[in-house]
Amino acid sequence: MNKLIELKNLTKNFDDQQVLRGINLDIYENEFLTLLGPSGCGKTTTLRIIAGFEEPSGGEVLFNGIEISKLPPYKREVNTVFQKYALFPHLNVAENIGFGLNLKKMDKDVIAQKVRKMLKMVGLEGFEKRDVTLLSGGQQQRVAIARALVNEPKILLLDEPLGALDAKIRKQMQIELKKIQQEVGITFIYVTHDQEEALSMSDTVVVMNNGEIQQIGSPTDIYNEPENRFVAGFIGESNIIEGIMIRDYLVQFDGFEFECVDKGFEDNEEIEVVLRPEDLDIVEPSQAKINGVVRNVTFKGVHYEILVETELRTYKVQTTDYAEVGRQVGLKFGPEDIHVMYRMGAY
Amino acid sequence: MMNTRNNEGKNSALARKAGKKRKASYGMKRSTRFEKIYLGIIFFLMYLPVAVVIIFSFNESKLPVRLTGFSLQWYEKLFADSAMMEALVNSLILGVASCAVSAVIGTLGAVGLSRIHWKTKGALEYISILPLMIPEIILGMVLMAFFYMLNLPFGMLTLLIGHTVFCIPYILMEVKARLVGMDPSLEEAARDLGATSMRAFFDITLPLIMPAVASGSLLAFAMSMDDVVISIFINGPRLSTLPIKVYTQIKTGVTPEINALCTIMLAFTVVILLVYSLIKKLKRKYK
Repeated sequence: MNKLIELKNLTKNFDDQQVLRGINLDIYENEFLTLLGPSGCGKTTTLRIIAGFEEPSGGEVLFNGIEISKLPPYKREVNTVFQKYALFPHLNVAENIGFGLNLKKMDKDVIAQKVRKMLKMVGLEGFEKRDVTLLSGGQQQRVAIARALVNEPKILLLDEPLGALDAKIRKQMQIELKKIQQEVGITFIYVTHDQEEALSMSDTVVVMNNGEIQQIGSPTDIYNEPENRFVAGFIGESNIIEGIMIRDYLVQFDGFEFECVDKGFEDNEEIEVVLRPEDLDIVEPSQAKINGVVRNVTFKGVHYEILVETELRTYKVQTTDYAEVGRQVGLKFGPEDIHVMYRMGAY
Repeated sequence: MMNTRNNEGKNSALARKAGKKRKASYGMKRSTRFEKIYLGIIFFLMYLPVAVVIIFSFNESKLPVRLTGFSLQWYEKLFADSAMMEALVNSLILGVASCAVSAVIGTLGAVGLSRIHWKTKGALEYISILPLMIPEIILGMVLMAFFYMLNLPFGMLTLLIGHTVFCIPYILMEVKARLVGMDPSLEEAARDLGATSMRAFFDITLPLIMPAVASGSLLAFAMSMDDVVISIFINGPRLSTLPIKVYTQIKTGVTPEINALCTIMLAFTVVILLVYSLIKKLKRKYK
């Protein structure tokens, strides 16, 4: 696959506040890449720099190897789907979608044809003459996607496009967006703070915090092999425990030594361990090293969420087995359930 | 501006609700009647003089004391009065011209203000609507002194400049309020889809703020049409606008002709107000 966009040591300051602190990122053709992070992490700023709405304070933006950071948005082969759709309220659906083609002075019939094709793709056939302000949120979103894609960009940028939709339509649109991306075969750069959305749609997830990239990887990697405490905490729920890597395949925490599958750390390096709640099992105290008392049980539908208080901390466990409050239990997990991370500064 | 209007709406809705509640608990009937009477008196006092003028404009007698019969003679006389008609034409030209000039300046100013993020932005906004707050008599005097210093001949040009000065704030305020409620990503979307900043402004922003430009212009036009104080300082020796004409005529006593003129102007104002509220209603559609 070819590199389409290269961000090299990108920085951005607003007044005296640094919002991007050296972003290095390669984005490939036909990739569904998600920038994921809490609000204020710099993900939207990164997107706006690629779109051309902001100029970076430092660093380079390469598009097919050519520096474009000074290029105005209308000269870029990039289109954006905005958070609040940004449909033009004084134009109807067809006029909105045809806006870009009209600027290119295309033939009216060609425009009408392309608009129809796009409407079909997003499932809004026959909506040409509708008033955009009277469409539902989901429909407006589809028009916004069609309006961007009709220009046949190399990259589609999506800035939290599903944020304003309710949960059910959001799920449906996630599936549809992924389908559209595969159909048109272009790169999607997607910005969201919703980790579930990021994991279910992306080829690559870029986790950001404080204007820095924390981890780049496939959704499975990001979930199963978080590189640090921030990633582990932001994606899914987790128990994070400080420990020591005694040597390869042997880790110590909570006063016990455990076999694990991680290696490559220095002997006796201070590390942090992630135990996902769904990887923990509740057993009889005699069957496990770590013991504790059940403090709270919450029924979550598919599973119970059980808080087990041990001497040193409280573990969160997700299991289908019920354990009553006050019971003495053991926490069991296998070597492959332990994930060791580098220890990082305070969060 | 829109916001305050909405709030007012909300408040009155709340008040209505509260009123209903109290009515339900311990009969407010007497109090409601009192409110109605009070309201009636206020409106009566406010509009009685207006009604008198309208009625006497159709009166046959020259003396405004007794109604002697229906007649349109004062209207005929008014339209036959060439000086009066000339003043009317002057006023219309002045109103339209100052309105057009200030629509351009005011709109550009509001768009500019919406795009800057300077620390002095608040002060700039105040300065740009200051002509509304400055007492008219002072503004008129200042303008006169200024034009005198510049050696400008007093006449239509000085009137146009003077009226533009106090018309700009009306348009600026209306457009600014409209821009505040507009999603800034609309213009970005246009640029993203291939429009230059210029095209984005003319294709997207301008059509969307047009209702505000129109309603601001109407207000400005109405203000220009009835201005006496500023105009009288800067109108020059021979040029007369309609309000000045009325003012000077009244010095020699109220004639039924003036009543007729006032009635026409009143009707005109009512029409402007109706159009203005219609525009406001259309504007809300796009919210």
